[in-house]
Amino acid sequence: MEILLALMVGILYGTGIYMMLRRSMVKLILGIILLGNGANLLIFLLGRITKGAPPIIPGDSKVFTEAFADPVPQALILTAIVISFGLQSFAIVLVKRAHTVVRTDDLDEMNATDEDS
Amino acid sequence: MTQQLILYPLFLQMAISIILMFGWSRIRFQKVFSVFGSILSVALAIVVFMYIWNNGTQTVQAGNWKAPFGITFVADMLSATLVLLTAISGLAVSIFSAGSVLRDRLRFGYFPIFHFLLLGLNGAFLTGDIFNLYVWFEIIIISSFVLITIGGEKAQLEGAVKYFTLNILASMIFLTAIAVLYGITGSLNMADLAGQIAMVENRGLVQITALLFLIGFGIKAGVFPLYFWLPASYHTPPFAVSAIFGGLLTKVGVYALIRVFTLIFVNDAFLNNIIMIIAILTLVSGGVGALVQNNLRKVFSYLIICHIGYMIAGIGMFTEIAIAGAVFYLIHDIIVKTNLFMVSGVVYRIKGTNSMRDLGGIYANWPKISLLIFIPLFSLVGIPPLSGFWPKINLIKAGFAGENYITVGAIIFASFITLVIIAKLWAEVFWKADKELPLRSNFGYFTNMTIAKKLQFVVPVALLSIVSLYIGFGAEHIQELSARIADELVNNQGYIDAVLNTKN
Amino acid sequence: MRTTIILKTASNYLLPVLLVFSIFILLRGHYLPGGGFVGGLIASIAFILHSFANGLNKTKELLIMHPGFLLPLGLAISFLSGLAPVALFDLPFMTGLWSHDPIAILGSVGSALFFDIGVYLVVNGVTLTIIFTISESA
Repeated sequence: MEILLALMVGILYGTGIYMMLRRSMVKLILGIILLGNGANLLIFLLGRITKGAPPIIPGDSKVFTEAFADPVPQALILTAIVISFGLQSFAIVLVKRAHTVVRTDDLDEMNATDEDS
Repeated sequence: MTQQLILYPLFLQMAISIILMFGWSRIRFQKVFSVFGSILSVALAIVVFMYIWNNGTQTVQAGNWKAPFGITFVADMLSATLVLLTAISGLAVSIFSAGSVLRDRLRFGYFPIFHFLLLGLNGAFLTGDIFNLYVWFEIIIISSFVLITIGGEKAQLEGAVKYFTLNILASMIFLTAIAVLYGITGSLNMADLAGQIAMVENRGLVQITALLFLIGFGIKAGVFPLYFWLPASYHTPPFAVSAIFGGLLTKVGVYALIRVFTLIFVNDAFLNNIIMIIAILTLVSGGVGALVQNNLRKVFSYLIICHIGYMIAGIGMFTEIAIAGAVFYLIHDIIVKTNLFMVSGVVYRIKGTNSMRDLGGIYANWPKISLLIFIPLFSLVGIPPLSGFWPKINLIKAGFAGENYITVGAIIFASFITLVIIAKLWAEVFWKADKELPLRSNFGYFTNMTIAKKLQFVVPVALLSIVSLYIGFGAEHIQELSARIADELVNNQGYIDAVLNTKN
Repeated sequence: MRTTIILKTASNYLLPVLLVFSIFILLRGHYLPGGGFVGGLIASIAFILHSFANGLNKTKELLIMHPGFLLPLGLAISFLSGLAPVALFDLPFMTGLWSHDPIAILGSVGSALFFDIGVYLVVNGVTLTIIFTISESA
């Protein structure tokens, strides 16, 4: 399972960075999304994969009796997902605005900021 | 109540921005309330600063979960100082925004988001948890994305796409680094990590993790091979936004570098060498980049990069005196860089352009304002006794003590090149004969403004200039402060004890 | 946008069902999967579905106020729930406060519930604002 997830993380990072290096703005966003998912999966993988119950102690006992899953990576991933949800929706609106103003999808043609003024 | 005093700056900013959001479309109310709230936050930051100065490092365990399990907020001297500086710059930029940002932009929630940005900055300075630091960073960058795109001009959107992409990439690298760090230690509390990392056998893995942090924070701080987004975007948004970005956003990256490399990854010759090389290249490339630019804000953008090098060099040398120099420079730089971008805004209002070729004659026509602008410009250069001079002494002294002659050379080269650039800028913009520019229609020239409006431009510049002068002439106090901060950073046991053995 | 009669009819019945379901998800969130974020997303999906079927203006009429108003409201509720332990009991920020006696249906109520309600409103507001902005400019 670990090896599969590790491969998956590698593929997500690889495709994400490849997409970000393309010249199209839409592919840029896809790259960001893939990279974000790769990072989330990496947290999940490095937080150790255990088969266990949610880490909630039953009302009638004082300590854990069975194996439990580490809640911290899950909390981290949830936070990261929420954040990337916000960022990605912002990115889509931004790219849409940029496209209507600049009238191109090609990042190489976005060079107004480098003009000498 | 006082034990949670260090969280009050966060509460205040949060409350201000919520109240401002309720008055979303009442622009007059927003202007007045934003300035009022900023004055309150300066007062509060002074109270917090004095409290930390007298009582030492303070902690709050959020949610009453004991460290290292919960999120800890820590205020040591460095955090308290940066919170104070954020409040001061925030006040200046708030007044400047009220005067300079166009109504069309203010309608889209400029002020609430501006205060969210300040909330994020305060949070990043006060948190003691590495993942929480990531969350504050995200709050900062989301607010900054909105601020940089508000208005939606062509250059602005193009700059925003570049700014956005590289900052997201930096966040992803930061997140990856946190994942690896959690994988090898199983902890996220920075004070706890300090002990855990020291015990890890596999030093190679630790170094790779440290490099991931270095790259992630390095992109945000704008160090040598990673700075290209900065001059491509900082000259596009409104001047007030440039000012807060130039003054504080890159400095958060520097703060994170200082925190991580003095607390978690310490005493590693390999890492320190890499940081040193990066610092030297940053100093040189930023300076050379600034030399050839024509747009005022682009010159200042490259100077930001150049001067980040000083602080990084201080971290790289890693002696108490070097870190004192870096911290002193950080204090001076936040105030001066915020001020410089506001100065470029004032110049733009006077002449309608920011191109050095077309500018001129400002000294002849506006002698008083020119003299005021003289203070931040030459504080930046560090003509003694102005504020940029003192930290460099520390850095050069530390460089000679550690026999890092190349670093010393780079520091002197960067100071010299800054002097050349500012002298050229002064001659071009202020002393050169006035050029007749075609009058722009529909543009609010400075001459035609009412006195109240003019004051909104001049007062923040004057305010920060006075702070700059204090840093220069009261260098003894700042030196004492930065020596104390450096002592706390190098002997980090005090910080760790404060977090892990809390009494409450 | 052309919509089928099936979607149009279904969305009118789905809207209340989804809203009730979102509140159910919100309330069960403390110990079971669910919570403010997911609940908020489900509620906003209900409104988005309604807008797909009946047009944006109809949904706006239904909402009465602009969804952007939910942002400060939700933020304020969440913020105050975090602030309550500081102000009332001098406990650290965001410490969970719990009522002693369970209330019917809801169970024991704590400050976490109010935090979640705030999150629910914010997520709802943000999502609807984003979707409305995108579909208005399309």
